[in-house]
Amino acid sequence: MSALDVVLWVAVPYVAIAVFVLGHVWRYRYDKFGWTTRSSQMYESRLLRIGSPLFHFGILVVLLGHIGGLVIPKSWTEAAGVSETAYHATAVALGTVAGVATLGGLAILIYRRRTVGPVFSATTRNDKLMYVLLALTIVLGLAATVVANLAGGGYDYRTTISPWFRSIFYLRPDPDLMAGAPPLFQLHAISAMALFAIWPFTRLVHMLTAPLGYLTRPYIVYRSRDERRAPRRGWEPSR
Amino acid sequence: MRVMAQLAMVMNLDKCIGCHTCSVTCKQAWTNRAGTEYVWFNNVETRPGQGYPRTYQDQERWKGGWELNRRGRLRLRAGGRLKKLLTIFANPLMPSIQDYYEPWTYDYDRLFSAPVGEDTPVARPRSLISGEPTKISWSANWDDNLAGGPELAPSDPVLRKVSDQVRLEFERAFMFYLPRICEHCLNPSCVASCPSGALYKRTEDGIVLVDQDRCRGWRMCVTGCPYKKVYFNHRTGKAEKCTFCFPRVEVGIPTVCSETCVGRLRYIGLVLYDADRVAEAAATPDEKDLYEAQKSVLLDPHDPRVQAAARASGIQEDWLEAARRSPVYSLIFDYGVALPLHPEYRTMPMVWYIPPLSPVVDVLTGTGNDGEDAGNLFGAIDSLRIPIGYLAELFTAGDPEPVRLVLRRLAAMRSYMRRINLGQDRDESIAAAVGMSGRQVEDMHRLLALAPYDERYVIPRAHAEQGAQLEELATGCSLDYEGGPGMAGPFGEASGRAAPIAVESFHALRERQSGEELEEAPDLRGRINLLNWDGKGTPEGLFPPRRNGGEEK
Ligand code: SF4
Ligand code: SF4
Repeated sequence: MSALDVVLWVAVPYVAIAVFVLGHVWRYRYDKFGWTTRSSQMYESRLLRIGSPLFHFGILVVLLGHIGGLVIPKSWTEAAGVSETAYHATAVALGTVAGVATLGGLAILIYRRRTVGPVFSATTRNDKLMYVLLALTIVLGLAATVVANLAGGGYDYRTTISPWFRSIFYLRPDPDLMAGAPPLFQLHAISAMALFAIWPFTRLVHMLTAPLGYLTRPYIVYRSRDERRAPRRGWEPSR
Repeated sequence: MRVMAQLAMVMNLDKCIGCHTCSVTCKQAWTNRAGTEYVWFNNVETRPGQGYPRTYQDQERWKGGWELNRRGRLRLRAGGRLKKLLTIFANPLMPSIQDYYEPWTYDYDRLFSAPVGEDTPVARPRSLISGEPTKISWSANWDDNLAGGPELAPSDPVLRKVSDQVRLEFERAFMFYLPRICEHCLNPSCVASCPSGALYKRTEDGIVLVDQDRCRGWRMCVTGCPYKKVYFNHRTGKAEKCTFCFPRVEVGIPTVCSETCVGRLRYIGLVLYDADRVAEAAATPDEKDLYEAQKSVLLDPHDPRVQAAARASGIQEDWLEAARRSPVYSLIFDYGVALPLHPEYRTMPMVWYIPPLSPVVDVLTGTGNDGEDAGNLFGAIDSLRIPIGYLAELFTAGDPEPVRLVLRRLAAMRSYMRRINLGQDRDESIAAAVGMSGRQVEDMHRLLALAPYDERYVIPRAHAEQGAQLEELATGCSLDYEGGPGMAGPFGEASGRAAPIAVESFHALRERQSGEELEEAPDLRGRINLLNWDGKGTPEGLFPPRRNGGEEK
């Protein structure tokens, strides 16, 4: 276990997590006004209408896949009677479809961003950095899967990467597990950690406020002018 | 019965001269910022015409407002909650900037920097969206005064509904202006459409607002509002809408659009309504009954039971008093001349309109008749189908009867008052023909034609003991944000705290009006609002910096 391994697979993940969490807290406290999707649909919607759902639904499936692969231990799925081959086949099939949709959607969105004048001029440097890291992470992830499957029967990340991932959260990080993973997987993880570290400072924050509460709240929202502040002493209602 | 108070407005369309003063002053006060160039919280459209944004009234296309489902229950026309979330990544019903218009500026610098030559240099238009040279082909009121009439007006969605009855004859037809702001609906579909719950209706006065800190830019409110009165600020990525000038009405002064209205045709007052009955009334099966249903939700402020219930829900005495003096209530009920705009959208709009009699009068006088004679007017109102049919599509979901009654009342007032002006006897029969007494007609005339400021605007102040934020101090303004105008945060221009919209200039104005010092208000933050500049001092940015000698500012 080299020092580099410790840095990459112990220090960097913790830093990324800390920045991710504290960054969101900080941003939520001090920049609620900047917390938005900053949609550019007003400027252009023909390309957006294809690219954006493709990307977003794709990435949601990818996210579910990652939760399935990284969080759920292999022993659990096996106990549930899912064999490694069955798991692998499903993961690869679903992952490829979702990955391609995501990448295709992202390609359309980036193309749109670059070629549609108003959209391009509404793109900040922050956005550009975010797009680079996001695209890089997705490409590396897809490449790692494809290469591993072309080269052989695929790579069983559930014996190395997944336990390493979980070990971080158990606070017993095990960098050895990750040090042996194929380079493409390693690069994918590094770029993902970088992405998480800049996440709270980009427009990606909109993900954390996905409006699921809409499904249950009453349609009409009433709010009092006073809600923000309790009346000061001596200013209570007189009734 | 759950009594709530609502600030409502009435506009008397006969008096609108289409000067756009209201739009311009509103823009100066609220939307003179980057990202809101195309936004007009108040706009004045010529009818017939396409409106702003183009054809917004075509709900087959834009799907704003509510509709009834098969079981007769209300549902958002653009789709329910799940559908909203599933289309959140690309809202298929969102108007594009072209449906409003692409805002532009001119290359003024060319006028100075062009080299000496034969030709006069010209300032070419440039899009404010892309910064590229552009060709101006549409604007917020491109079809003002029926400009481009024969080509543009036929796509007026309202006209399309009536035009199979009558061919559009432009020269002889009619025209009037329709000033529009947000309706501050009792059943606001914009609020219902917001996935984040950022839009809300204020319990105290019914004003519908967007919480800029909660809005995430999902854009569903833009679709949800059938009047297209929520706008997307494309720089900040947040929704913005008419605020009913809440910083002003909270201290008892009317909205900017009303204050500056040249025709003095706007009235602001309170109405009380039963919040428990709103949904039921909005779900009235027949669209044509919606006007009556909407009236039935409003409560009589003179009724002691209503007053008791209002007190029980925490409405204070001065507000009840204001509700009793409300010109809006009088115009809706006592005189029965104010109608809601598009009740068929089922949002229970709270900006009411007195439909214009002038198209009828114009046709009459155009044909050589006496346009002020009661008999002539009544006859014309009954026989002129175009204006009545059109007005009915706007105000009563197509039912001509209420419109006819209103116009007859206005006509009766006209002839009744003419007799008085000419020194003739009061003719009670004219008033009786429209179910009023002469006294009532005179009162109505007073309210419509002569009423002074404090009768047109009966606005109770917000209660200071309810809102400590209303103290008129910089430490406690009603939008108590830290930090300054939010356009320069760490994450690009759109981040940072929200600029306390117009509150800063509002306070600056008060400070200047009451202050002695000839100096800038400290919280102007280098931004100049010409509307508020009263000649005191030399604000930075308005004048070039002094070279030497002059004292430093
Ligand atoms: S008119 Fe105003 S309150 Fe009514 S739905 Fe539209 S934005 Fe909302
Ligand atoms: S200021 Fe008054 S008269 Fe002029 S357009 Fe506006 S509503 Fe009409």
